[in-house]
Amino acid sequence: MTEPQIEIQLIAAVVAIACAIPGVFLVLRKMALISDAISHSILPGIVIGFFITHDLNSPLLIILAAITGILTVVLVEAIQSTGLVKEDTAIGLVFPALFSVGVILIAKNANDVHLDVDAVLLGELAFAPFDRLLIDGIDFGPKSLWVMGVVLLISLVLLFLFFKELKVSTFDAGLSSALGISPIIMHYGLMSVSSITIVGAFEAVGAILVVALMIAPAATAYLLTEDLKKMLGLSVLFGVVAAILGYWSAHWLDASISGSMTTVLGIIFLLTYLFAPRKGLISVLYRQRQQRTEVSLITFLLHLNNHQEKEERHINHLQEHINWQRVRSKTVVDLAERNNMITIEEGVVSLTKKGLEFTELALEYIITNRDEKIEHMKDDFFLFRG
Amino acid sequence: MKEQQPAIQVDDLTVAYNYKPVLWDIDLTVPEGVLMAIVGPNGAGKSTLIKAILGIIDPIAGSVAIYGKPYKEQRKLVGYVPQKGSVDWDFPTTAVDVVLMGTYGKLGWIKRPGKKEKKEALEALEKVGMLSFKNRQISQLSGGQQQRVFLARALVQDAAIYFMDEPFQGVDATTEIAIINILKELRKAGKTVVVVHHDLQTVPEYFDWVTFLNVKKIATGPVKDIFNDDNLTKTYGINYKVAINK
Repeated sequence: MTEPQIEIQLIAAVVAIACAIPGVFLVLRKMALISDAISHSILPGIVIGFFITHDLNSPLLIILAAITGILTVVLVEAIQSTGLVKEDTAIGLVFPALFSVGVILIAKNANDVHLDVDAVLLGELAFAPFDRLLIDGIDFGPKSLWVMGVVLLISLVLLFLFFKELKVSTFDAGLSSALGISPIIMHYGLMSVSSITIVGAFEAVGAILVVALMIAPAATAYLLTEDLKKMLGLSVLFGVVAAILGYWSAHWLDASISGSMTTVLGIIFLLTYLFAPRKGLISVLYRQRQQRTEVSLITFLLHLNNHQEKEERHINHLQEHINWQRVRSKTVVDLAERNNMITIEEGVVSLTKKGLEFTELALEYIITNRDEKIEHMKDDFFLFRG
Repeated sequence: MKEQQPAIQVDDLTVAYNYKPVLWDIDLTVPEGVLMAIVGPNGAGKSTLIKAILGIIDPIAGSVAIYGKPYKEQRKLVGYVPQKGSVDWDFPTTAVDVVLMGTYGKLGWIKRPGKKEKKEALEALEKVGMLSFKNRQISQLSGGQQQRVFLARALVQDAAIYFMDEPFQGVDATTEIAIINILKELRKAGKTVVVVHHDLQTVPEYFDWVTFLNVKKIATGPVKDIFNDDNLTKTYGINYKVAINK
């Protein structure tokens, strides 16, 4: 690996981590779309900042753009609070308006500034190593690595200090407010960090892809864990994996680095969506199938319990008596037999002692919904897992 | 000082959403140590009253005093059980972690809960019969269990006054009994408890104090004196008869 290659991957990874952290809270607060809005509406802030400083990495530019980001949130909330339109409509009204101001500003001054709409939308990581941080002629590495490094550091320090506040205000804003942890302060704090992160990541990955870096890792992690800290950890991990795999696939395909990173994130999400242990599509379908079988099993056992007469319990007649739906009767009878709940003698099915106990317990649970009695059954039967 | 002051004093409280008043000029005095139900039809402003007292929403007029001082100075004396439906139970966290949130108020900003808080949280879970579920993901709990987790969270707040927003809403028998036991225990300990309540039948059984509310305050006082058909009719607007036990 050459030095620029290492630097690009390093920048990509730092950008991905910095985006993933606020992304987790945006996803949990159901505010993913706000990141999309901010990423577009900061454009006028960047353009004006660029006119003044002629440097995409200048702190003034970042602050100006972040202020535009906060302005977006304020405007969206102001329009929404009129009660005339819903939040999604308000977002759809605000960010294109601000974005177009930025586009016009660029077009009017195209001759003077080195900034074009393509770069704004997609960014270009490959050029990042060329812009160096030089102090007294000494090379301290790429400027954007320093910018994103500082953004990430701010994000990490705030996350560490205010983890508990972020958690409670995200989960239960009412309690948070009653406890004196103002959800409004937390909201605007998160919005500020998100804005600064988006501005910082902007040059590297552009206005469209930065949204994917914020939302995709968090959405993927959400499917895999039910612990906030692990969700943060996994999001960071997915971000880094996407940065490195994305870089190398871009290398092989001779394609855009940011585009490849986002594609990798998309693939990771798709795989997780399909194969996640509990929330994944396949697991959900399997569970539903299993539940259908188990409902049929209980119907079957109840029928046996209710009928002493032999003709009602004959294996050949069971099908019509119970009117099986969707589940094959053989599956159910096999399941019952495998669990020693029934015995079959000369084609007549009888409940065993275990089968009888199970039926009564299941019946009681269905009627009373009292969980504690069926705790020990939860490992064996999906039906009782809630 | 406490003996002299009412637990909760509300004066001329008016709350409006989009300039439409949902609470109108409420005066309310709640003495220390009562178990009070707030009853009224849907949209009467019952939850809003609690939220306004707790400073979650800003009133357009009026004031609230907890033991004679503004709520902001008395936060640590107050515990809160919000409506169960007000939060997203798919949030990635466990039962004990939710209970720990009740300690955040006393901890203040930045400081994290430690061993002492963890112990209190586990004790509270035990009180509501949920200790064995301590590490269960909250999405995996039944509705009643989630309500008991909320109750445990309020208990670790170790408050003098508790506000509970419809704790009996849609809960199973086990949870209802658990809540009643907690209410009794709180009363025995001399706490003041304010509960938004829907089931009029159980008011005389569970509570000793009641407030009738329908945008305006209709009546407030001891259940045995004012829980009658007259006030029910005034509150619910129809000729309301309820079979009052005893």
